[in-house]
Amino acid sequence: MKKIIVFLIINCLIINTSKALIEVDITRGNLDPLPIAISPLHVDIKSEDYKDLKIKELGDNISEIIGRNFKSTGLFNPLKKEAFVQKPDIAHLKPRFEDWRLIKAQALVTGKLLIKDEKLKVEFRLWDLTAAKEMTALAFTTTPSNWRRVAHIISDKIYERLTGEEGYFDTRIIYVSESGPKDQRVKKLAIMDQDGANTKYLTLGNELVLTPRFNPNNQLVTYLSYFRNMPRVYLLDIETGMQEVVGNFPGMTFAPRFSPDGKKIIMSFAEDGNSDIYTMDLETRVVERITNHSSIDTSPSFSPDGKYICFNSDRSGLQQIYVMRSDGSDVKRITFGKGIYGTPVWSPRGDLIAFTKVRKGKFYIGVMRTDGSGERLLTENFYQEAPSWSPNGRVLVFYRETKSGSKGEGFSAKLWSIDITGYNERKLTTKTDASDPSWSSLLSK
Amino acid sequence: MIFNTNLKNVLLVVFATLILSACSTAKKSGNLEGDVYTGKETVKYLASGVPDRVFFATNKSSLTTASRATLRKQAKFLRKNKKLNVTIEGHADERGTREYNLALGERRANAARDYLMTYGISGKRISVISYGKEKPVNPASSPLAWSQNRRSVTVKVN
Repeated sequence: MKKIIVFLIINCLIINTSKALIEVDITRGNLDPLPIAISPLHVDIKSEDYKDLKIKELGDNISEIIGRNFKSTGLFNPLKKEAFVQKPDIAHLKPRFEDWRLIKAQALVTGKLLIKDEKLKVEFRLWDLTAAKEMTALAFTTTPSNWRRVAHIISDKIYERLTGEEGYFDTRIIYVSESGPKDQRVKKLAIMDQDGANTKYLTLGNELVLTPRFNPNNQLVTYLSYFRNMPRVYLLDIETGMQEVVGNFPGMTFAPRFSPDGKKIIMSFAEDGNSDIYTMDLETRVVERITNHSSIDTSPSFSPDGKYICFNSDRSGLQQIYVMRSDGSDVKRITFGKGIYGTPVWSPRGDLIAFTKVRKGKFYIGVMRTDGSGERLLTENFYQEAPSWSPNGRVLVFYRETKSGSKGEGFSAKLWSIDITGYNERKLTTKTDASDPSWSSLLSK
Repeated sequence: MIFNTNLKNVLLVVFATLILSACSTAKKSGNLEGDVYTGKETVKYLASGVPDRVFFATNKSSLTTASRATLRKQAKFLRKNKKLNVTIEGHADERGTREYNLALGERRANAARDYLMTYGISGKRISVISYGKEKPVNPASSPLAWSQNRRSVTVKVN
């Protein structure tokens, strides 16, 4: 996937870098989402057929995906296209700003596309309607079957221009697809685009699989598989389908994650019943023991600079979150609140740790600073856990299970997301029940 | 003196009441002691009179008196059947995070294995596997189901 989209910046449009009048405040919730008009991309009539692609509808489809992406942020209010006052091709050349302001839009996206010689050429412009100025413009060429990614990349560029932070639309989520009754669950690794499209299953469901996590470089996934009834951490190349067991441990290995440079896997190994944290260098295969304690040490996660590790341990009696240097020294407990704490995950921005908290029979997803201060609980439910960060550190995806009846009926597991502001809680669309989500980095980076 | 005897009696009554009320909080229902399952509903047998599983308190892997009695029966059975190997499967209830539960299941299975070993069963005959919360025996979301799911189960492998 890495180089499918070749960014040919054949961009000769003027990029206006001056400070725009409109800006989106991302530090608070969605109290006042910015009205944005996303005009359908104009399809050049010289476009040639490409496989079974419905070219006439492509402009509408791309703008709809962009609209859904923006809606999902909670920060924008994409306007209905029925209210649009200008034809896509004319608006793209130069919008009549006063007409668009009339429908209360503050920003406008226009664009056009052409399919020629089996290549899709796309350009788009973002307009500040208040200042009556072009804010940004970009053109690029790719293979036509990538049209959904085109929509996500445009979304990322616009999001970046309007919020000042990196986007997270051209990304994927790997998760565990679940089916069957609660006491005979069939679990498969599945991957989908961030918006729920393009679901693919990566395992057949013959063995239990859990906790897949992306490598920051996107090509590799690490997960736990009960292949041959031996629970071990595996490495899977999602492009080639090749997989291998990680290391040669004489017992269960679990709770794997990659180091931020993608070169190591950090995980727990259970020896004679006691779980400690280890790393393995994927190149040299050198295994290092990081913790050595008679308590359960698990769910390790590196800080983005690789210098620290957060993990959970019951060395104080019950599950709490600890931080240590990446060599295992200087272990400090950071959670002292009432209840138990698990699944710490360091934010890609480095400033926060997301976690699961259990108190009085309720499960919470929360964030705190890396010294344990400033705890904020974002959502409460019967059962939810395993937060994973969007690559820009603004959104968490996690899974939630329902309470089941006396025969296990009514049980379901779904993926949800929530902003770190505590606003904009959303259920993600998945083809099946789902758990253990892990969000990829930006694919086009 | 009379006053003292009376006081003693009063204290005895108070004491007895305290003990009784402590018992009544520990024994919530017929099948739970504290939150450890004591019933037989889900139990299978390795042989007549040899239960295959023991139960645990929430977040705990320590063996109760009843669990030890069950494991001693298993040890006796394994001593008689010298060629038999077993796997001990450790499980947790659904009220914990997945990864911690895997570790907890492992610790429970090993607690049972260690106890069998102190009763003369070679560690080579006993493998362990943790399923965490992945294989509930009772799929309900209720305290009773959770107590039945916090278990280690000894399974014959040959």
